[in-house]
Amino acid sequence: MKHTISVLLQNKPGVLSRVTGLFSGRGFNIESLCVAETLDPGVSCLTLVTRGPDPIIEQITKQLHKLIDVIKVVDISESDYVEREMVLIRVKAEANTRAEVLRVIDIFRGKVVDVSPKSYAVEITGPRSKIKAVIDILKPIGIQEIVRTGTIAMARAKKF
Amino acid sequence: MKVTGAQAIIKCLKEQGVEVIFGFPGGAVIDLYDELEKSDITHVLVRHEQAAVHAADAYGRVKGDVGVALVTSGPGATNTVTGIASAYMDSIPLVVFTGQVPTALIGNDAFQEVDIVGITRPCTKHNYLVKDANELVSIIREAFYIARTGRPGPVLIDLPKDVVNSKINFEEPTPIKMQTYRPTYEPHPGQIAKACKEILKAKKPVVYAGGGVIASNSNEDLTELATKLNMPVTMTLMGLGGFPGTHKLSMGMLGMHGTYYANMAVSQCDLLIAIGARFDDRVTGKIAAFAPYAKIIHVDIDPTSISKNVKVDIPIVADCKHALIAMNRWFDVQEDFKEKEQEEKTSPWIDEINDWKRKHPLGYVEEGDIIKPQYVVQKLHELTNGDAIISTEVGQNQMWAAQFYHFNLPRHFLTSGGLGVMGYGFPAAIGAQMAAPGRTIIDIAGDGSLQMNIQELATARQYKCPVKVAILNNNFLGMVRQWQELFYDKRYAATGLEVAPDFVKVAQAYGAVGLRATKVSEVVPVIKEALATDNTVFMDFVIAREEGVYPMVPAGKATTEMLLV
Repeated sequence: MKHTISVLLQNKPGVLSRVTGLFSGRGFNIESLCVAETLDPGVSCLTLVTRGPDPIIEQITKQLHKLIDVIKVVDISESDYVEREMVLIRVKAEANTRAEVLRVIDIFRGKVVDVSPKSYAVEITGPRSKIKAVIDILKPIGIQEIVRTGTIAMARAKKF
Repeated sequence: MKVTGAQAIIKCLKEQGVEVIFGFPGGAVIDLYDELEKSDITHVLVRHEQAAVHAADAYGRVKGDVGVALVTSGPGATNTVTGIASAYMDSIPLVVFTGQVPTALIGNDAFQEVDIVGITRPCTKHNYLVKDANELVSIIREAFYIARTGRPGPVLIDLPKDVVNSKINFEEPTPIKMQTYRPTYEPHPGQIAKACKEILKAKKPVVYAGGGVIASNSNEDLTELATKLNMPVTMTLMGLGGFPGTHKLSMGMLGMHGTYYANMAVSQCDLLIAIGARFDDRVTGKIAAFAPYAKIIHVDIDPTSISKNVKVDIPIVADCKHALIAMNRWFDVQEDFKEKEQEEKTSPWIDEINDWKRKHPLGYVEEGDIIKPQYVVQKLHELTNGDAIISTEVGQNQMWAAQFYHFNLPRHFLTSGGLGVMGYGFPAAIGAQMAAPGRTIIDIAGDGSLQMNIQELATARQYKCPVKVAILNNNFLGMVRQWQELFYDKRYAATGLEVAPDFVKVAQAYGAVGLRATKVSEVVPVIKEALATDNTVFMDFVIAREEGVYPMVPAGKATTEMLLV
């Protein structure tokens, strides 16, 4: 099962390597990883996506929690949450396909961020499934370069 | 108050109650050594940095406090890794100081530079590179706090040379509060009640006690619980001494080389109460066949230990001492709880275990004049009244010591349990002797393991440590040879020690005493002479070459599939 785990950690040198070292050392897998500081520059938020049976996920969250620099660990996929990824795609856009590319981007509510005579660079955000759909559609037109972020995620607020 | 970094470190060590440290100097720590020389802290100069860490580990175990080691940068630091990893696996509190090149040179591949914080990240509880001298004092205090609280473990502090030489403000200590590190000591009362009710229901309970009982000083609380409820107790290698080995409820050690009756009891029990143990593969054997009929209660201060290898029914995250006290108290206030009735309830189970004890006691076959290693350990036990502090190397010597020296008290058995470090025992004996100067300290060694740190003879002599080394000399790397005998058609690949030193002469070369026994009748006189000698002694017991350790559970098999004597 896929799990999205959110980790608050102290923003100190070497902390990321403690987290990744834990995963490699214990044979856990990381599908994606995203880190940046929070409102408090002393604290970073790390979102990681991993897969495994429940006992492994339990070990992962406990082991993360055991790291001295880790403040909080939440498996946010246990309840409702929103997740986003961003992708930058340079897609071939020649005379016969320029209009079609723009239409596709528009449908996915993407943005063109760089233009050249033969290509567009576009930015798309959304959950994983949407990113995959865009890529599948643009592939036949010709993707020249692609850069993706990992997933970031946030639990939904309680409705009542 | 303005002081140098080096002065601050010494002040911090004093503040932590450190009296003895083990180390080896070098360029990067020369300034710290200069300051150490002016202080009243005893420094023990080892002959290899690995030994400094093992000695500090044993010192800490015997004292029940944090051991401290100090080494230089580069090779000094890398040589500590085995010792640190061993302490980490065994949950032993240590603070290891390593020298480092000046901050301006870090990352430049400077002379004797190594990223020791990177190297030791997976084998320390935590580690620090002190980049800002102003953080030096708070880091040291935090390091000691982390090492000794929660599940104890080694902490490393890397000290760049310029940090040690800088002028800083020394502030008096304030209570340590860490936002991210708050170990759980108190058990959840609901879980305690659940566990106790389960204990009352059980007809065939077994207590499985590990190193956590010793780390938390809860041996008496454990004994109270076991006797109050008439429950048999088995111990892990790390747990030996956590419950009196000669007690009628003791089943000795369980697992790969555990007793027949302990393994049988675990396989038949209806309730397994794990206290400060971690279901290591050497204990469980084939997981699916481990305690198949039992509900499992697991007390551990480290949540990651719970349900890691074996699914637990009642987890209790707590310090073992707090949990045991809570359990004892729970029974004390139950009005309908009668010890007599409880005793009657479990006595058929105890009888069953006693039958197993009679059927397959620990034993060995005598062979005329040839010395059996088990006999040596039995005699050591007898002639020291079971009161010596025993360290071991790793392999057959370690298992024979665990089986035949029946430890009644905690902190009397020093062994590298988790990592299994050959070469641990001799420096550990020295560390133990520094912690307990008047006591009898014996390293039960193999001829192979001893040679991994035999250079420490010089240390033992220099600091007048009258440690006794009982070498069970079979001229083999015996444990591996035993596996080759059983599972590899006796192809003894690289396990025969074709060239061996004359251990008696080696001892003499260092000004220590060397004794040798080659037949059974010489064993007792040699031990007696060694115990009466106020010097370091090597006792070279030439033992049956192909003696094996039994019972033995082949790796990956169920613990009931034991090979017996």
